[in-house]
Parts: sequence; structure tokens; C-alpha cells
Amino acid sequence: MPSTLYDKLWRSHVVVEEAGGVSLVYIDRAMLHEVSSPQAFAALREKGLQVRHPAAFLAVADHSVPTRGRDRPIADPQARAQVELLQKNATDFGIDMIGLDDRRQGIVHVTGPEQGFTLPGLTLVCGDSHTATHGAFGTLAFGIGSGECESVLATQVLRLTKAKTLRVNVHGDLPPGVEAKDIILAVVGKLGSNGAIGHAIEYCGPAIRALSMEGRMTLCNMSIEAGSRTGLVAPDDTTFAWLKGRPLAPKDADWDAAVTYWRTLPSDDGAVFDREIDIDVTKLVPQVSWGTSPDQVVDVTGRVPDPAHAVDTETAAKMVKALSYMGLTPGMPVRDIAIDHVFIGSCTNGRIEDLRIAARILKDRHVADGVQALVVPGSKAVKQQAEGEGLDAIFRAAGFDWREPGCSLCVAMNDDRLPPGARCASTSNRNFEGRQGQGARTHLMGPAMAAASAIAGQITDPRDFLGEA
Amino acid sequence: MQPFTTLTAIAAPLDEADIDTDIIYPARFLTITEKKGLGRYAFHDRRYDGQGREVADFILNRDPWRHAGILVAGPNFGCGSSREQAPWAILDLGIRCIIAPSFGEIFRGNCYRNGMLPVTVGEADHAALLSDASAGASLQVDLTARTITRPDGSEITILIDDGKRDALLNGWDEVMGILNLYAGAIDRYEQERRRRLPWLTR
Ligand code: SF4
Repeated sequence: MPSTLYDKLWRSHVVVEEAGGVSLVYIDRAMLHEVSSPQAFAALREKGLQVRHPAAFLAVADHSVPTRGRDRPIADPQARAQVELLQKNATDFGIDMIGLDDRRQGIVHVTGPEQGFTLPGLTLVCGDSHTATHGAFGTLAFGIGSGECESVLATQVLRLTKAKTLRVNVHGDLPPGVEAKDIILAVVGKLGSNGAIGHAIEYCGPAIRALSMEGRMTLCNMSIEAGSRTGLVAPDDTTFAWLKGRPLAPKDADWDAAVTYWRTLPSDDGAVFDREIDIDVTKLVPQVSWGTSPDQVVDVTGRVPDPAHAVDTETAAKMVKALSYMGLTPGMPVRDIAIDHVFIGSCTNGRIEDLRIAARILKDRHVADGVQALVVPGSKAVKQQAEGEGLDAIFRAAGFDWREPGCSLCVAMNDDRLPPGARCASTSNRNFEGRQGQGARTHLMGPAMAAASAIAGQITDPRDFLGEA
Repeated sequence: MQPFTTLTAIAAPLDEADIDTDIIYPARFLTITEKKGLGRYAFHDRRYDGQGREVADFILNRDPWRHAGILVAGPNFGCGSSREQAPWAILDLGIRCIIAPSFGEIFRGNCYRNGMLPVTVGEADHAALLSDASAGASLQVDLTARTITRPDGSEITILIDDGKRDALLNGWDEVMGILNLYAGAIDRYEQERRRRLPWLTR
């Protein structure tokens, strides 16, 4: 019987099928960071347990780390203790640790793929809900809690219920000036914040095939914003070319054997999905969020929606609440929304291509008066590459702060935090209340729009600057 | 893990869609590496104003709901980040059962592991339980019988798979359970996987 990519990944990792549709699923690899792992290690110690396969883990400090002054110890004592604890746990249990001074340091979901730790056909977990990012490689990857981290450390398995499958058929070619971020914002807008609960998403279609790995990672990254723990893109030559030669990727004859296996993974012709949705991107316009849930998105050319026209009362109530938090008036053009902060970074859009497109717009231009703009590369490798291409100079000349890698304003756990009432054009993945600081307001968008908005001081269609509108 | 068998407690109504884990446990408290005592941060920015004073009309600051042991929440409760601090903080407030039309999936899984019972209910039952909760009534949750009993005596069935129910009823530790039952099966799986995909572990 024809199988989907998800079915193949699932089936090849089932250790035992229990009653009631629950299976014991083997986890090949896991990434650990300072925030969600301490309690897992504490539990291991309490129970006198060992880590079953230390080599299956990679620990990275990213969430609470400062993005400047990295030559000094971390100033916030609690954050410093957290990073030191990760280091201690990694050392005690024999796990490879990427600390702040390591050249591989970066956000887990940027560093993992860069190192070739992420490979097609594997299962990979991390105590961060954006772990679906790795699904861009045809990896069954999903976020877990600290308790599940403990399970994986001690047993290398998780008890899971198989998800239903949802195919997102992306039709047409992506117009110029429209990015992967716009596709996923449109998909999340269409599915709703809980529309894909219990489903593993596979993104298909020519526009997806045409995306780079960076774009595919952006896409899979935000699957959780539609409620799905897992987003997948089938591996293909683009995937293999990107992975080849990465430090942890298989070498020589092993590489050939791996590729042969990976080519068997894509969904078979005629494979049946539990659900399918279609989206045509031929006329897709850059997307931006207006509310406090990532499904509250509009075309940048559109208007802030009116709860009076909501499809049902529940949606209307959500909209009223969001409008009040965001301080917006229904019906106002989105492009009239003034912003005072800009954040380019995160595991959604902190990769080299993201910085390139932003720099293309910022070249020979300057951010508007009163706008504070921050660019935080997703990893040291990205930072180094960008500096090699002279992008840092462009950002700096445009008035951006050029920082060290970390999660930064995506989660506002370090000292990059917005004051109450601030309004930020952000390339991150969540616009929840208080996500970038208590009382701060977030508009999600791609890096091109963030750069354009920085220049104009208000939400701006990036195509105005790319000569493609 | 503390077993979950029965619970009779005041239920607090929090009928708002998409209460995400950032609302339940703001990120700036995530540098704390403990898992106990987090109740003071639960719903922090809803419970306290900028000066640290209680927000008088937030449901969990009002009597009798400040003593709630059950939460009747809105759709997609616990969506967002995977932080297990969210269920830990709610548990530390003394709430062990959350009833909602739907849950963020990672949050829901995290509840089970901490001896908490997430119950998914249909629209009509949800509305009924919300009105009970708004009236300040207690609900009786009986996991053995798989029922929630309303103040008027009517019952709502708890849908839960047997494995999760057994684990909650007995307070089983997930990790020790897996090691006791499946250590051999995991060994065999790993040998077979190494044989089939030798490049994976070289
Ligand atoms: S950048 Fe944001 S979403 Fe990504 S790993 Fe860090 S906190 Fe999580």
C-alpha cells in the first residue's frame, strides 16, 4: 500500500505497539538547551539513571544568553547559572556541549542542521516547540517537554500516539518579493491556531520544491503555530546538496548508502492523507500578523480586520481582545501601523538568506528616526558568513545593532526585551501577549518586510523597495 | 508522581481561546531551574499588575476561585511553547484537572506526566461546566469511573486512553515504567537498526 513520508518515518521507529494506538517510538537524536533540560537531568540524578547514548545528544546554550558583551561572563546571575548547569550536566553525562565560546554556537534549530546532526529519515526531538524546523530535511522532529527529555535521555524512546496526516498542497510559483515566511503565515492563517492539532503536516508542491533549505526550515518551523507538532518536506537533491560535507553528515560510502535510503522516504504516489488543504501562491502578497495569535494575519496591502465581520462569535471575541492588546482600530490600513522596534533573527528567520534579503533592502538606506533595530544571526556560522559577505557593514550603516547569536527577542529571556507599549516588526514566530516583553506588541513578518518597515518606520510592503510591486 | 484517582474541587472558569504557555508562565521566569514552587508565577501578568499588585478581577484572584482545584478553560488551552513550567506552575497553584474543548498538544502531554488530568469535552458539556464554574460550584472528577459529576448530579464521560489512565491512577513514573517493561525490546530495536542503517552510528 502506498505510504506517506510520515507513515514511513513513524513505522521505521516503532519499537513496540501498545494497546489503544500508543506506540513506543525510538528517538535517534535530541538537542538540549539550558531552559528545558535542567529538570530532566535532576530527575535522572534523583533516580540514579544514566544517559543511554550520550552521542545521540547535542547541548547548546541559546535561549537565555546575552547577545552582546560575550567576552564577559553572563551578567544575569540566574541565566549564568542556567548555562553553567547545562555545561555541568553535559560534562557529567558525557554529552557534547556547545558553549558560548564554541564556534558552532547558535540557536538549536540553526546549529543542528548546520552540523549535519539533523538528517533525513531520523527522529529528532528538543525541548522547544519549534523543533519541527528539522522536518525540512524529512526528519520526524517535534518539540517535547522536560519530562519527555528525561525519557529520551534515559531510554531513547517516547510513548506517542500516531498523528493523522495533513497535506498542504501549495500550488503555483511564488511571486518575486514573496518569501517562505509569507507561505507559512498564510497557511497558519488558513488553518487557524488549532487547525492542525493532532496532525503531522507535509508541505508539497512546486513552490516547496523550489524553496532552498533555509526557506523550507522557515516553513516547517511554524507548523506548531497551526497546532501541529510536526511539519515535513520530503528530502530531495536540494536537501542532499545542502547536507553533504557537514561535520556530522555521513561520509564516502556511508553517504551513498544514506542517500539511497533517503530516496525511499518521500510519500508514494497515491498515498492517502487524512486531510488535505490547497493554497495557491501565484497571487500571494507579503503577509503580516496584526493580532496576538499567529493565525491573525493579513496581506500587507490589506486592512486590520473588523470583528463585526468575523465568521463566528468565538473568532470575534478573540479579535476584540487582540485589537485591544495591540492598540489597533478595525479597518485601518495595515501600512499605516507605525513601529518603533525591529527584530531580525530567531530560528524562523535568522539564517544567511534572511540576512541577505534584508541587507539587499537596507543597502544605502537608513532606519527611520526613533526606530531601534536589532539583527541577531541564528548562529556563529551564519554571522561569520554574513560578515564575509559584508552584510554586517550594511546593517550597521543602516543603523541596525549587529549582535551575537541566540534566541534574543524571539523569547525575551535575556536582556533583549521590549518596554510596555513598544511595537515591533519581528521575523520571529510568535506574537503572543508579552512574548517580546510585558505589554509589548509584535507584528510577525518575513525579513524583507522587517527591513522595509525599519526604513519607513511603519509596516511596509517590501516589494516597494525591491522594485517588484 | 502523585496518583490521580478522584478530585472534588471548586472549578474556575477561564473561558478564553488560545491561552498560550507564555500567558501561563511568562518567559522571563524561565531561567529558574527548579520545578517546584512555580505557582507564584502562574498567569503572572494576568494576576499581577506592573507594580506586583493583584489584579482584582482576574478569576484566580477572586473568591471562591482562588481556591480552585479545577480549571474550565477555553479552546486550544496551553498552545505555544513546550515549556513544562506551564503545567508545573498550574499544579503548584493546586489545580490538577483542566477541562477544555481542546489543548495545545505538547502541554497536554506534559500534564499527564505530572499527575494532572486534561479533559477534552464537547461544546455542550463545556458550556454546562462553564456555567457551573461561574456559579462557584464544585465538580467531582472520578478517573476510576471516568466521570465528571456536575452539581445537579448529571455526569460527563472522561475520554482517555487506558495506558494514560492506568499511569495516572497508579502514579506510575513514565521512565521507570518504560525501563522495566521494554529494556529488552529497545536493545533489539537498536541492534536491528544498526544492521539496517550502519551509516547512522559510524
Ligand atoms: S529562536 Fe525562539 S522559537 Fe527558536 S528556539 Fe529560540 S526561543 Fe525557540
